[in-house]
Amino acid sequence: MSWTLTAADLPDLARGATLLGTGGGGDPTIGSLLVRQALGDRSLTILDPDELADDLVVIPTAQMGAPTVMLEKIPAGTEPTLALRTLEAHLGRVAQATMPIECGGINSMIPLLVAAETGLPVVDADGMGRAFPELSMETFAVYGVHGSPLALAGERGETVVIDTGDDDRQMEWLARGVTIRLGGVAHIAEYAMSGAQVRATAVPRTLSMALALGRAIRLARHAKRSPFEAIAQTLSTTLYPHVRELFAGKVTDVQRRTRDGFAKGWAQISPPDGVGQALEVEFQNENLVARLGTDVLAVVPDLICVVDAESAEPITTERLRYGQRVRVLGISTPELMRTPAALAAFGPAAFGLDVPFVPVETRVVGAPAAVG
Amino acid sequence: MHIGIDVGGTNTDAVLMSGTTVLAGVKRSTSPDVTSGIVDAIQALADQHAFAPGQISAVMIGTTHFINALVEARRLAPTAALRLGLPATRALPPLVDWPDRLREAISARSYLAHGGYEFDGRPISPLDPDELRAHAADMAAHGIRSVAISAVFSPVNHDLEEQAAAIVGEVLGPDVAISLSHEIGRIGLLERESATIINAALRELAREIVDGLTAAVRARGITAPIFLSQNDGTLMDEEYVRRYPVATFASGPTNSMRGAAATSGYATCAVVDVGGTTSDIGLLVGGFPRETTTEVTVAGIRTNFRMPDVLSIGIGGGSVVDTQTAEVGPTSVGYRLTTEALVFGGSTLTATDIAVAAGRAQIGDPSLVAHLDPAFVQRVLDRIAERVAQAVDRMRTSPEPIAVVAVGGGSILLPDELPGLGPVVRPENYAVANAIGASIAQVGGEVDKVLAIAPGRRTETLDEVRQEAIDKAVAAGAVPSSVQVVEFDEVPIPYLPGDATRVRVKAVGDLQMGQVPA
Repeated sequence: MSWTLTAADLPDLARGATLLGTGGGGDPTIGSLLVRQALGDRSLTILDPDELADDLVVIPTAQMGAPTVMLEKIPAGTEPTLALRTLEAHLGRVAQATMPIECGGINSMIPLLVAAETGLPVVDADGMGRAFPELSMETFAVYGVHGSPLALAGERGETVVIDTGDDDRQMEWLARGVTIRLGGVAHIAEYAMSGAQVRATAVPRTLSMALALGRAIRLARHAKRSPFEAIAQTLSTTLYPHVRELFAGKVTDVQRRTRDGFAKGWAQISPPDGVGQALEVEFQNENLVARLGTDVLAVVPDLICVVDAESAEPITTERLRYGQRVRVLGISTPELMRTPAALAAFGPAAFGLDVPFVPVETRVVGAPAAVG
Repeated sequence: MHIGIDVGGTNTDAVLMSGTTVLAGVKRSTSPDVTSGIVDAIQALADQHAFAPGQISAVMIGTTHFINALVEARRLAPTAALRLGLPATRALPPLVDWPDRLREAISARSYLAHGGYEFDGRPISPLDPDELRAHAADMAAHGIRSVAISAVFSPVNHDLEEQAAAIVGEVLGPDVAISLSHEIGRIGLLERESATIINAALRELAREIVDGLTAAVRARGITAPIFLSQNDGTLMDEEYVRRYPVATFASGPTNSMRGAAATSGYATCAVVDVGGTTSDIGLLVGGFPRETTTEVTVAGIRTNFRMPDVLSIGIGGGSVVDTQTAEVGPTSVGYRLTTEALVFGGSTLTATDIAVAAGRAQIGDPSLVAHLDPAFVQRVLDRIAERVAQAVDRMRTSPEPIAVVAVGGGSILLPDELPGLGPVVRPENYAVANAIGASIAQVGGEVDKVLAIAPGRRTETLDEVRQEAIDKAVAAGAVPSSVQVVEFDEVPIPYLPGDATRVRVKAVGDLQMGQVPA
């Protein structure tokens, strides 16, 4: 069912989107401030994917780059709509709706900013079902819609169109180079598709899921109930039904580098009493793999989320800091993200990890792993 | 011997300490001018336990003046926020997420200018001196007396902030204070910028307060160094406070929790600090205040300070009691308690009057509250107990029993047992725990340097830096076994060769008593 979103929903959506950002995706707080400024007291129309006309023209919008850059270099605000207009001009088609390519992190918000500026509705779906570091890591691409042509825009009003035919990896590579030249962050429009193609290739209702998660965490805290139980309960009726607690402890080391346009590194989380093995979480913008010694507890595309040990507030990799008390959650991804074709695009091997994909719910079972 | 002083909104507490032993402890009303309250308190200490000014080796002061000024939105300087970052960052100008009330209280002016850096050190755009001069002229025309300058990626390179400060300073003259964001905060433009604006808005008050504190201590002939508590429980000298008043922000809760730990002997407990205006509830875990792990909102402003996680409710000794509903606070008579409360001959029914009427305290003239209906008094006390218990329950993280330690002069309002929580521990000297917390100072060692980390040598290199910070803390007078690394921050600087990284480490430990921090 279609629904409307107002500025009052933004804090809950931001919290849920941070959780789905699985450590990356960029902090949506800045994104929600951008939307709040642009939206004022108006509301946005969010379209259910099942209700889209087959021939509806949908042009997703997003931001790409390193999340650490976004904490400092806030956009001018005009970039994402400029990217959309540039792609429309290149395609000779006019968008009738926009959509996230990524429901985790700040990219849950960028289409809302475009919608607030243009009056377009937003489709309640995305192509990652979480956050991923590369533009080619999309269920859209896995199931037959190509990202190219893509339009980028920078804060000085620069625009670039990249057309690589059906080669999404080349599109990602060229766009990444332009993004670095633009200062590490660019705004983009890509994966133009029809309403029918959205239904065939997108992960459905991820915006509403992010909103429901953020709201459940807030309400649980308010009612003094466990926010971890609230997360598990909210997800139990979605395409992401399994939640496991992988580890609980204290952040004892974080290493990160901005390299090749990504924030890469790892975090070490030690047991609360300091005795025993530490969990190591490796990330490339998003958390990729959680290892206890040589044991892999969870790996992409399943979600690895570091959250505050008590409040369950999700913590992004750029805000991870020595001394924080955290829990690490593993969340199962929908089946359409675990097919051989999907794993080829964004499974462990796509990140150069020499480990097989094993669903988190089969790797970690029973006590003490189950949350709540 | 050394002196610890806690200057709250209502009371000024002071302790005379020899090492960790309390020789004397007093409580006096905070005076509107700050100074005379401290002069009174030091005199009262001398009356309790005679000392010669020359015997005092240090004076440690904690004050809530700065955070109160922000929360109450008063005594703030007209402040401008100038950000270097155009054409980027236009969508969210400085002060965008500030409450209107505070924006008005600082007569805020917000300016965007060209400048700032990309993540790799390239300029976003060159500084435009004419643009900055025009902004500065506009600030002058609007009566701005303090300026906060932020630049995109200034933690990586702060040259442009300094250049802009020089240009703006030329136009505005030496009487306008300038605060630079790279000296205040870390990566995260909006939070760092907001902290810098808060600092700027407090600069005039800082001068006034520090002058007042110094004059009060010197008036007693004490020539020992004066230190103020910082948020993390370590000390800073007066000159530093004049420049960075924002660093004292959370020292109140830190001092009260550290004081509660020192006086009660509990390392893990809930601490209820009942002052004149509020009750502040925090958790002590293993001897350290539990800190907020995510963003901290101060007076409605998002910042990235490290602060103890404290819940404040509007119940204190000076809280006004509604004679109809028996509800308490949040209005408080504050430092006017000794003239306005019934027991002091005033005409306002306060929580202190209720405590006296119930026989829990001997303050002022009990006959002036003898007419209060005992049933009404009990209703008020039950209400206070209920609300404090709810607040403790909100702060605790598990349903397991936790000791509740009550400190602060207003803790006479609390019953001996809290509903659902059990007995309340009241340590000796509970009324002056904050001053004790200020006096059991910690000292820190800080290292902030840019390092080239050779391949495969990261762990060793960082360990060396950590050790350097620990050594500095010990050299500054910390007990070696108590030193811990409390902050560690690594910012890669990608535009320099050889994996250059800016590393900041802070280690703190308990001050070796009898020694004066270097």
